[in-house]
Amino acid sequence: MKATISVTGLVKKFGATRALDGLDLTVGTGEVHGFLGPNGAGKTTTLRVLLGLLRRDAGAVSVLGGDPWRDAVSLHRRLAFVPGEVNLWPNLTGGEVIDLLGTLRGGLDRKRRADLLERFQLDPGKRCRAYSKGNRQKVALVAALASDVELYLLDEPTSGLDPLMEAVFQEVVRELRGAGRSVLLSSHILSEVEALCDRVTIIRAGRTAESGTFDELRHLTRTTVTVETAEPIDALGEVPGVHDLSRDHTRARFSVDPGEVGEVLRRLVTFDVRTLTSSPPTLEELFLHHYGDDIRVPDASDAEAGLGSSR
Amino acid sequence: MTGRTAGLTGTVALTRLALRRDRLTLSAWVLGLSAFMAGITAMSVSGLPTRQDVIEQTELMAGNAAMRMLGLASGASVGGYTLVRGYLTLAVLAALMSTFAVVRHTRQNEETGRADLVGATAVGRYAGLAAGVVVTVGANIALSALLGLGMIVNGQPMAGSVTAGASVGAVGIVFAGVAAIAVQLSSTTRGASGIASAVLGLAFLLSGVGNMLGRADASGLRVVSAWPSWASPIGWGQQMRPFGGDRWWPLALFAVLFAVLLGVAGALVRRRDVGRGMLPERRGHAEAAPGLLSPFGLVRRLQRGALLAWAVGMLGFGLVLGAIGGEIADMDGSARYWYTRVGGTDRIVDAYRTSIIGMAGMAAAIYTVQILLRMHAEETEGRLEPVLATAVSRARWATGHIMNAVLGAAGLLLLFAVGMGVTAGRTLGGGVAAQLGDLTTAALAQLPGILALGGVVVAVVGLLPRWAGPVSWTVLMASVLLGPLFGPSLKWPQWAQDLSPFTHTPKAPAAAITMAPVLTLLVAFTALAVVGIVTSRHRNLALPA
Repeated sequence: MKATISVTGLVKKFGATRALDGLDLTVGTGEVHGFLGPNGAGKTTTLRVLLGLLRRDAGAVSVLGGDPWRDAVSLHRRLAFVPGEVNLWPNLTGGEVIDLLGTLRGGLDRKRRADLLERFQLDPGKRCRAYSKGNRQKVALVAALASDVELYLLDEPTSGLDPLMEAVFQEVVRELRGAGRSVLLSSHILSEVEALCDRVTIIRAGRTAESGTFDELRHLTRTTVTVETAEPIDALGEVPGVHDLSRDHTRARFSVDPGEVGEVLRRLVTFDVRTLTSSPPTLEELFLHHYGDDIRVPDASDAEAGLGSSR
Repeated sequence: MTGRTAGLTGTVALTRLALRRDRLTLSAWVLGLSAFMAGITAMSVSGLPTRQDVIEQTELMAGNAAMRMLGLASGASVGGYTLVRGYLTLAVLAALMSTFAVVRHTRQNEETGRADLVGATAVGRYAGLAAGVVVTVGANIALSALLGLGMIVNGQPMAGSVTAGASVGAVGIVFAGVAAIAVQLSSTTRGASGIASAVLGLAFLLSGVGNMLGRADASGLRVVSAWPSWASPIGWGQQMRPFGGDRWWPLALFAVLFAVLLGVAGALVRRRDVGRGMLPERRGHAEAAPGLLSPFGLVRRLQRGALLAWAVGMLGFGLVLGAIGGEIADMDGSARYWYTRVGGTDRIVDAYRTSIIGMAGMAAAIYTVQILLRMHAEETEGRLEPVLATAVSRARWATGHIMNAVLGAAGLLLLFAVGMGVTAGRTLGGGVAAQLGDLTTAALAQLPGILALGGVVVAVVGLLPRWAGPVSWTVLMASVLLGPLFGPSLKWPQWAQDLSPFTHTPKAPAAAITMAPVLTLLVAFTALAVVGIVTSRHRNLALPA
């Protein structure tokens, strides 16, 4: 698969702070890629480097085969962007902003513009200062999605949208994927990423913590098993790879390391299994697995949040 | 608690908050205006050493219809003469200080959503407005006292000085009331400031016209105003006649008007929703006009309102200054000397035209700096990010701003020249066509110097984005002070005067336009602009978090 975005060892410093510290990210062509991380992990900074708005300090970055800093203008004709914080000109209308940004990008599809306005139920004749946060977000979304480009960079695109609009957004992204477009979707809404993305990259404190398809990531994390047997279960505690065991005579619930599932099953068979359910880890569990430390020490993550996205 | 006082619950706390937010802003306004007052008083004291000088100058101000428009003579005294020269400026600035302060503590809070946050606590409906008005009135009382002090330390009589301070502060207080209504009408900060400024413009015009249509009394030193002056708070302030009778009763007019304005504002507060205004929000176009769809078009649209206001002002001043011209020819003494020195010629008409066009050039320079600093605001306030994420290069975006600044400044200068030419054709002789030719050429000759200053702004935005505002305004101020208007009077050494682009601006129409300085200024502009564009190309964008 040809990479639409390829980032290796990306470093971005703001003064003494390393906002990005050796980040790796690969987005394949035609792929919807989830970019996950808590506030301040460096998602917005990464997108700004990919757009050539910030200059990298080290590492290699390629977007659509070009260097985003050097080839900014020519690359921007082929991509569209929704910023994380939508700031609009207060005295222009939403419709004017959509036309302006679309034209500056190199053209927008009038039919698609009308269609998106309809689907997102946005009134284009209101001035931007009169829009609510959700409606400002819709202006940015329509401005980006009305352009027919190869790559869409979306920075937390659904913040402020209600659930109905969130559903419309997901539908539109699926259509983009159907049309073979690439999407980088930065988000911390796990259900959205789970519903839309082929692959995800999880970042933490400016570094890639994990990257791959959901299946691949699940293989890296423990599976939860609930089992009921005919014979009393004993000696399961010593089996390598079994954790968090809770046992009640012929019932047991535990989690298993990715490589040990086969061996654990062979042991279970000896107790004459009646029922067995095994559930792969949810994205939420994956996420908590990586950010458990931050959640326990909120001060540390707050400090990162403040530094990572400043300026 | 009764319903009546419950509406004011929390006023004390909000007043403290407003004072805390404004401790620098309002202090700067009050101290700056007081320093200005002390400065112009000192200039009058040293510039009018004898009783005879005072009488001559006052006669000039009272006898000349155009001069009457700029200030109201109330008899021969140094303090009175100072107010003839400075009162309008002080009154207008006090009114603006009040307008901005009230808007800041009321409509701005609603526009940013802070008012919702505060309004959800145990705070009454009127508390926000009351706090803004209390702080503003307090600032005007402090201003009145310090203005009086500024005259007293320059040896002026106590009674007149105190009256002078009060006559300015009273205008400020009335405009706190005007702004209190304006913020109920418009749903935006800009709209509210615009309404109050329009009222201020009307007050300015009424008092000016009333004084112009008035007449000097038998002594020839005191002007009796016509009725329009009495329809304007600025006119009332002048009618307090500091150093010429010290009348205090016009303060009653101020007090009544202020009470009525506050009453109306309070009634409007009861009738409207928080966050909205009494005037409906106008709808705009659902689709962009083709002219908007480029960086140049965007900037033109964003500065349209400002350009329009400047255009009206420049045209108006051009017309008035052309109309006054005839009186200048009869001038003598120090006033004549000032024009001939600034204009660089002994022929007073040419000296007058040259110095006035030079001043118009400096006004257009202010506009240019203001527009170019918009680049910095767009960048730090996050509106540049989505633009640069499209196929627009930083150079093309900057060029859009520069082109607008150049064309805007040129247009303003031409408007001024046309306005002045139309009226000067009669007053200065030579006919309208000849005046238009001379003045438009002279006006366009101001452009290279203005562009050089614009280049400085572009360079600073590129090199030192964080300091763009302060550095740009400082350079502009320094250029004006070192330039031909003030440089020779302040006796700066020649090398210092040469630092100002205005020093190199051709002294047209008094002298022929020579190419060397024009080219030098254009080269400076180009070099600075290129530096700004190249450095902004090579740095990170200064983005909001």
